Amino acid sequence: MPHDAHTHDHDHDDHSELSPIALRVRALESLLVEKGYVDPAALDVLIETYETKVGPRNGAKVVAKAWTDAAYADWLKQDATAAIASLGYAGRQGEHMVALFNTPDSHNMVVCTLCSCYPWPVLGLPPVWYKSMPYRSRAVIDPRGVLKEFNVELAADTRIDVWDSTAEIRYIVIPMRPGGTEHLNEEQLAGRVTRNSMIGTEVLA
Amino acid sequence: MNGPHDMGGFTHFGPVKHEVNEPVFHENWEARVLALCLAMDSSGLWNVDIIRHTRESLPPLKYWSSSYYAIRIEAHIKQMVKHGLITEAEIAAGRAEVPPRPMKAVLSAAMVPAVLARGGPANRSSNAAARFAYGNRVRTLNMSPEGHTRFPRYARGKFGEIVALHGTHVFPDSSARGSGDDPHWLYTVRFTARELWGHDNNDSVMIDLWEPYLEPA
Repeated sequence: MPHDAHTHDHDHDDHSELSPIALRVRALESLLVEKGYVDPAALDVLIETYETKVGPRNGAKVVAKAWTDAAYADWLKQDATAAIASLGYAGRQGEHMVALFNTPDSHNMVVCTLCSCYPWPVLGLPPVWYKSMPYRSRAVIDPRGVLKEFNVELAADTRIDVWDSTAEIRYIVIPMRPGGTEHLNEEQLAGRVTRNSMIGTEVLA
Repeated sequence: MNGPHDMGGFTHFGPVKHEVNEPVFHENWEARVLALCLAMDSSGLWNVDIIRHTRESLPPLKYWSSSYYAIRIEAHIKQMVKHGLITEAEIAAGRAEVPPRPMKAVLSAAMVPAVLARGGPANRSSNAAARFAYGNRVRTLNMSPEGHTRFPRYARGKFGEIVALHGTHVFPDSSARGSGDDPHWLYTVRFTARELWGHDNNDSVMIDLWEPYLEPA
């Protein structure tokens, strides 16, 4: 089989070096293209979208705006879908959004025990650990133990609220604004917001 | 179904391994899988609930030892074979052996931004009045549905409290059977860690549950 123009295995010009699953996917793609079921150009646009356009930088802008604009934070609490869409983030896997605000008394953490539901428009595609069996299984029964594996130690009297995304509601955590950031503007603040802090497995310091 | 996907509450799958500066995709084939699945979803031949049920129906040991993208592509292949789009022999050969089936829609590059922006909202209008209100105590039913359900095993037969109403949404148990949207009220229910696990702390788990899973407490 010739090297397909639309695949990019630069280190594996000889396809016999590919894993069985990589070969199976390549054969499937050739077949679907030959039968006219998929447009290769659409595949490239889809991949480019999630590699370069949609990612946690989007969510970070939502968080930074919530930190600096009380009216926006209220809107996020009342109607997160609309408040987030106003910044241009909407659509697939973010159709119904809820924002969870961390406080000194309560910490929010998001999981999908049944599959891997995740708010794509604001966080991009989920990291491997979020989809992994260890996280999906233990986040609900041992959140403190899981957080320890992320080097997060909460005060013993901080309540943990774990949100299991069993429906089409997608959750984003609004972490607490770190101390000593009063002088930063919205854009600089967004630079301090990490992906994991918006899932609830990191506390910003 | 009480399948391998229903992971909540297992404790010995090992520590959570997180990677610093993780790439969006680790292998090229993973990116192709994501794109192929999204593109084929435009066929309209299945819905999200049917695809989830197909993934969950993988044999448990295969499910637990497969990666996310491997599970995804195998479920889509099963649906494509079921609908007569392709055959396993064609995948093995890497080329067509039977004529293509006419398609209602093929996703073009130009359509991608609008299709992603539209997404697939799950709310549906219904005249049904909500049976529960904010703050109500509820008990979840003890049930083991044969087919697809989004009612995790660890939350069955438990007492909880309604903390949010989300309107009426597609009911996955019906939708996965091809029985239409069958909208029902969707709630977020708070369960204490004490109720779910017998833990002596103030932690809670919030779960999104449809009305047919709940009864008054």
